[in-house]
Amino acid sequence: MKETIDSLRFRITKRFGTKTVLQDFGLEVRGKQFITFLGPSGCGKSTALNIIAGLIPATDGEVWIDGERIDHLPPEKRGFGMVFQNYALFPHMTVFANIAFGLQLQRRPTAEIAERVQQMLDLVQLPGFEGRYPGQLSGGQQQRIAIARALVLHPRLMLLDEPLSNLDAKLRIEMRAEIKRLHTSLGLTSIYVTHDQTEALSLSDWVVVMKDGILMQEGLPQEIHDQPASVFVADFMGFRNFFPIQVVALGPDTDVEATGNGMKIRGKTRHTFAPGASVVAAIRPDDIVVGGDARTPNAFRAKVDIVEYLGREDEAILTLEVGGRLWVRTAARLVPGENVTVVFPPDRVIFLPPEGSGGTA
Amino acid sequence: MRRARTGEPSELDLMAIACLLPSLLYVFVLFIYPFLYGIYLSVHPLKVDGFSLANYIAFFTDQYQYKTVGITFRLAVPNTIVVVAISLLFAYNMRRGIWLERTITTILVLPISLGVILLGQGILGFYGGKGWFNQMLLGLGLLEDSLVLTHNFTGVMLSLFMQQFPFCFLMLLGYISGIDPSIENSARTLGANPWTVFHRVMLPLIAPGLAIAFALVFVMSFATFPSAILLGQPSGATRTIAIAAYTQAFEMFDMSYASAIAVIMGIFQLAGLLVIILLRKRMVTAATMGVGKR
Repeated sequence: MKETIDSLRFRITKRFGTKTVLQDFGLEVRGKQFITFLGPSGCGKSTALNIIAGLIPATDGEVWIDGERIDHLPPEKRGFGMVFQNYALFPHMTVFANIAFGLQLQRRPTAEIAERVQQMLDLVQLPGFEGRYPGQLSGGQQQRIAIARALVLHPRLMLLDEPLSNLDAKLRIEMRAEIKRLHTSLGLTSIYVTHDQTEALSLSDWVVVMKDGILMQEGLPQEIHDQPASVFVADFMGFRNFFPIQVVALGPDTDVEATGNGMKIRGKTRHTFAPGASVVAAIRPDDIVVGGDARTPNAFRAKVDIVEYLGREDEAILTLEVGGRLWVRTAARLVPGENVTVVFPPDRVIFLPPEGSGGTA
Repeated sequence: MRRARTGEPSELDLMAIACLLPSLLYVFVLFIYPFLYGIYLSVHPLKVDGFSLANYIAFFTDQYQYKTVGITFRLAVPNTIVVVAISLLFAYNMRRGIWLERTITTILVLPISLGVILLGQGILGFYGGKGWFNQMLLGLGLLEDSLVLTHNFTGVMLSLFMQQFPFCFLMLLGYISGIDPSIENSARTLGANPWTVFHRVMLPLIAPGLAIAFALVFVMSFATFPSAILLGQPSGATRTIAIAAYTQAFEMFDMSYASAIAVIMGIFQLAGLLVIILLRKRMVTAATMGVGKR
């Protein structure tokens, strides 16, 4: 079996005409990891993946694998496996012929091909499907075959371009676990492209958040989730409440106290701010505590506007007494029109540089 | 390509039939009736009472007449192959779009909108003995005598090509650019070079479109009439079967014989289509046949 890679390093710029899709997008990662490019549509994540695969030429830049520069190689010489959002199986070939395609091109003996295809079908839990055509399979089955087709060649790097986006919610969760299982049990190096933060967090060893062709933040999933470095990443990671505010005091450790718009908020930051600096305080809807003493720090009065029932909890939109909207997720049953006290636990509030101030990590 | 069929049988109720009636009537009056009437005419020769195959026998025993079949095939087959092959070459390479695509497409489409007669006149003027093409080559000293490109086989081929290439090209371009690019990309990442991608993946997927292109171009070429008259030798080298039928109908005023020739022409066209369908089936099986079991 071909070994997976030890390291991947690239720095790429891509322009289509006058539009810059990737601006000096660079990364250096170890092999045997699950790496995710996460970002909204149009952020350049798929383009980056296609450039690594060799399917699109970069305008400028380099791609290195284990100390070998590979960006001049055509895709068929790179030895990568790729899985596409729309499966991209060959519709005129059976499942067997689809999986055997790459092995046939390598002129493997017939017996070996048959055996390895069989192994792959077992691995993706679709034995007995070799005679079917892609059109006779469900979306989930097609994606399993597409994964098998890529894995049968023992790729040194697996590239997955939003492989779950065309599946329904339940199947997506199932296939997510399947992909993670294959990645771990085969000791692969995978790059996974998605716009879904849950997918990114649950699958990845390393998350790369992108926006407009620029790397916004990279790190461990926990880091990205708990300590987003910018308003954009925070927003993407589920922080819904943002308050523009001015720093008044910096405490020990990473404590910050800030005021503005009639609010006084305490929280944490990983940035260095000077007193008086304009910042943004952010908190997730589910970190807000409803009820409590209005005299404690970070406590505010608010009126409930809209309540959405989500089963175990409610999602509510409140209007703060000092002005401004607040999204809250709470198990406490709220009633529209009622006045409540909300508390932002200080260790749950993060302070970020305001948008547009170059707040990349 | 496989299409999913819904298991539901279509229900033909009276209302549906009533709604279909106008179009059925239209098809019947303008196509089925004349077609059947033509066949009827062809087996009722002028000089014979009742049913007779005399016209058909006459056609196949008269060298002047049956030669037209060979002439027509010699025009239609090479022209079809050249038109489809060049269209495929262009369309395949333009499948991901190219620079100035719209301008190029417009230039290519122009001949269709101009009509055969104008095109024929243009070819006569440009490629004729005193035309610009010859004048230019003579002027450059590349030729000592003018090339004879019109009023012969070459002239008809030129005209057929110019009429049919744009049409065939556009059809194939539409077909090929409709194939999901990720299919091709996945083949590349699986180790296929561009040529392998073409013949193992893309060609089988293009095959149905290619067969339609072959069929349409062949039928159009086989029925060629104005080109063969304007740019060929309608009484000699390019006397196609359509000209033979026309002569019988409007110069000899023998509608029955003309109908017989038309029917013969139709049979050869159908035979051509059959060959194309059979070839297509073979081509697809061959292309999908891999090493190992299937």
